[in-house]
Amino acid sequence: MKTIKIQLLVNNNEYEVSVSPNETLLDILRERLGLTGTKRGCEIGECGACTVVMNGEAVNSCLILAPQADGSKIMTVEGLMRNGEYHPLQQSFLNHDAVHCGFCTPGMLMSAYVLLQQKQNPTETGIKQAIAGNLCRCTGYQQIVEAIGDVGKKGETD
Amino acid sequence: MPRKIVKSKYFFEEDFIETIGEVSTEKVKDWGPNSQLKVVGKSLSRIDGYDKVSGTAKFSFDISLPNMVYAKTLRCPLPHAKIKKIDISEAKKVPGVLAVLTYENAPKIPWYYGMSFLFDPHLRYEGDEVACIAAETEQIAVDALKLIHVEYEELPFVVDAGAAMKPGAAKVHDAGNVVRGEPQIYKRGDIEKGFKQADVVVEDTFSTQVEIHNPTEPHCSVVNWDGSRLTIWDSTQGVFSVRDAIAGYLKMPASKVRVIKKYMGGAFGSKLEAGKYTVMAALLARETGRPVRIALDRRAMNLAVGNRPGSVQKLKVGAKKDGTLTAMNHYSYGAAGAYPSGAGCSRPFRTLYKCFNVRSEEYTVFINTGRGRPFRAPGHVQGTFAFESIIDETAEKIGMDPLAFRIKNYAEVDPASNRPYTGKLLRQAYKRGAAAIGWQDRKPAGSGSGPVKTGLGVATQIWWGGGGPPAYATLKLNRDGSAHVIAGSQDLGTGTYTFIAQVAAEVLEIPMEKIQVTLGDTAVAPYCGSSGGSTTAPSVSPAVRDAAEQMKTKLISAAAAVLEIPGNQLVYKNGIISVKNKPDKKLTIANIVRRMRERVLLTTGARNANPSGYAINTFGAQFARVEVDTYTGRISVKKIVAAHDIGRVLNRKTLENQVHGGILQGLGFALIEERVMDEFTGKMLNANLYDYKMPAIYNVPEIEVIIVSEGDAKISNTGVKGIGEPAMIPTPAAIANAVYNAIGVRLKSLPITPDKVLMALQG
Repeated sequence: MKTIKIQLLVNNNEYEVSVSPNETLLDILRERLGLTGTKRGCEIGECGACTVVMNGEAVNSCLILAPQADGSKIMTVEGLMRNGEYHPLQQSFLNHDAVHCGFCTPGMLMSAYVLLQQKQNPTETGIKQAIAGNLCRCTGYQQIVEAIGDVGKKGETD
Repeated sequence: MPRKIVKSKYFFEEDFIETIGEVSTEKVKDWGPNSQLKVVGKSLSRIDGYDKVSGTAKFSFDISLPNMVYAKTLRCPLPHAKIKKIDISEAKKVPGVLAVLTYENAPKIPWYYGMSFLFDPHLRYEGDEVACIAAETEQIAVDALKLIHVEYEELPFVVDAGAAMKPGAAKVHDAGNVVRGEPQIYKRGDIEKGFKQADVVVEDTFSTQVEIHNPTEPHCSVVNWDGSRLTIWDSTQGVFSVRDAIAGYLKMPASKVRVIKKYMGGAFGSKLEAGKYTVMAALLARETGRPVRIALDRRAMNLAVGNRPGSVQKLKVGAKKDGTLTAMNHYSYGAAGAYPSGAGCSRPFRTLYKCFNVRSEEYTVFINTGRGRPFRAPGHVQGTFAFESIIDETAEKIGMDPLAFRIKNYAEVDPASNRPYTGKLLRQAYKRGAAAIGWQDRKPAGSGSGPVKTGLGVATQIWWGGGGPPAYATLKLNRDGSAHVIAGSQDLGTGTYTFIAQVAAEVLEIPMEKIQVTLGDTAVAPYCGSSGGSTTAPSVSPAVRDAAEQMKTKLISAAAAVLEIPGNQLVYKNGIISVKNKPDKKLTIANIVRRMRERVLLTTGARNANPSGYAINTFGAQFARVEVDTYTGRISVKKIVAAHDIGRVLNRKTLENQVHGGILQGLGFALIEERVMDEFTGKMLNANLYDYKMPAIYNVPEIEVIIVSEGDAKISNTGVKGIGEPAMIPTPAAIANAVYNAIGVRLKSLPITPDKVLMALQG
């Protein structure tokens, strides 16, 4: 199959990758760039485990064909830590035990990150809307909502 | 340290298992209530938290090896068929395809208790394995699967348990559709006599749906051969059970198989056994000479790796006017799927209340669907729904408060064995739960005005969850004064890593940060059982305490040798050993390790034997407050109070998380989740996460967790019982009883969807 060269800025690192037209952004992140923090739960946009930030929006990376992402700015869960320090969202997830098996956690963090970028101190309804597309099978979600709300209240959005 | 080898018995998932294990007979001081402890019981953040929030946690799915290839499986599109012809020649020609396995070229490995093979030309459900391809990329494998040409002979099928029991039904196996050819019967006393003594007799039929586990991480394995040695990174609840099973399937010594599992994305019972995919990957890896990764897709997850069998339960309960239960009868059937699994659900019925005349008759039948597997409290969730519903009906018929009726029939000893319990604090759970939900304000059924009606309901939970031997933990000390615990258990997200560190920190009196925990590796860890049956914490935590107590003793005698002072004149405190009355004459753990060389500062702890002559159970009561919109049929669960007796809490924070998760799964079972089969095509209509609804953020009620117990000292040196399954068991029944209280009409079929509510209201 013909390959296409695309350029990506992932977690502030530049990449040039030759991709097949039928490869997804998720494939590229996981299999080519080795960024396995982004998870694959369903491959058809139903579970939210593969959520990443693409040009400021939360997207299911399994639904983005790699060529569509050409020239995009991507952030994955690996991009949250700063100089070895937790992002406030990561710290808050730990404090609230908003983590169980951890498989949905990277996607949850990315959805929450975009929410807090777009809205300071979101309401509980706003938080629920933001993570409505992220399925978790272990927790009761409440700890996740509280963890995000706590960060919003403190205004630590970046 | 004193040890002996004993035969032991404890309940694991679907039945009692008997084991032989070396156990510790060391008597250590009971820890007493958690308020006297420094680390155990506290709300501490999980020690593997960094890995999970930073993206560095390597799940089995994330393991990548140099030169690795990818495998994908072709699955049968029909519910029942025989392969007439299979042609792989075109698929093999695709560039990048390395190997193709089918029943024609793969070894004939017996599967499902000898009823089938790894690859069987007789396919008995939609999703049954037909072929497996290894290729350079996953996409090449997926594309090549489409070029395998299979000619099927379509066979008659049946996908409903009731239909499968009728004469003339399509046969799944030649021997007939009833598993073992007969029902499982349990009885005590004389039910006919008991029903004659009853003032009221209530009869009703309940049904529950098939539920799919759908953990977020798909089942997957990465396998690699080094000569004759096989390493498997598996997404599993039991590294040792997978090791033994794979060694058996491949006819190789278990010592040559290493199974590793560090992180896993959920399981709930669906990952207790070794998968066909793992064996296929091992065969393909041998054939290609390269490591293989195999992962199921979401459709296969819904079809082929287990489910909670559905049930139809006909119940009959007799009681006297004063509330005394006189007799109970239970008849049920449910489907194993295409191969044997347990569909029984009468155990709560047999064990929850004091009643002398009890009988149950349970049929498990074959149908042409994926086989069932244990699913979080197998049998108990569906059994408790039906039983606790009819208990409510009976209470109402004799005019008693449902809670008072339950307390009237409180079992002081295990009704099935007449043995005393090691501990039972269910009364306290009823009392504190009722206070928290506001039970005293409960109104008569259907008495509310207006279109949206509120109701309160209660349901009781019984489960085992006491664990038992063998379970071991190795503890070693490092030169820097830190400790390392190694155990062959697994952390499913339940906090195993964290509670192990807490137990070790409690005994050694050193900070949590100084304790490292390694789990889930058969090559380095001493044996622990699979993580299921709510047995992990009750089995493993005592072994860790035993290892740490031994280490403390060892450190004191080492210090005595170094200081040349008798051990009885030394004091151990906060990881420092000092001489009585001479506080500056002291040694730290690090001092001793450096003097001793670290290799000898190694202990292995063992779980003690369970006390004989006792029943070990967990108990709890959950209370639900719901709102039912009688115009739309929608049910909104407003609050669940969960009051449980589960022995000692090891970590309040991870415990609450687990209880919340169990309740939400229970809510999903009560109101939302259901496998939908098309009886005309025999196919599953909702084999994805869009049509198979799981609870999402909007379904979450307010949850209050009350733990009424401290450590149960009769069980072990930590007194822990499990919470994983107990948390889910009573939720559907509590919700259903609350719905009845709200609208005055009983819903007897799960899930209680709006259409069922509206139909019931129409009469």
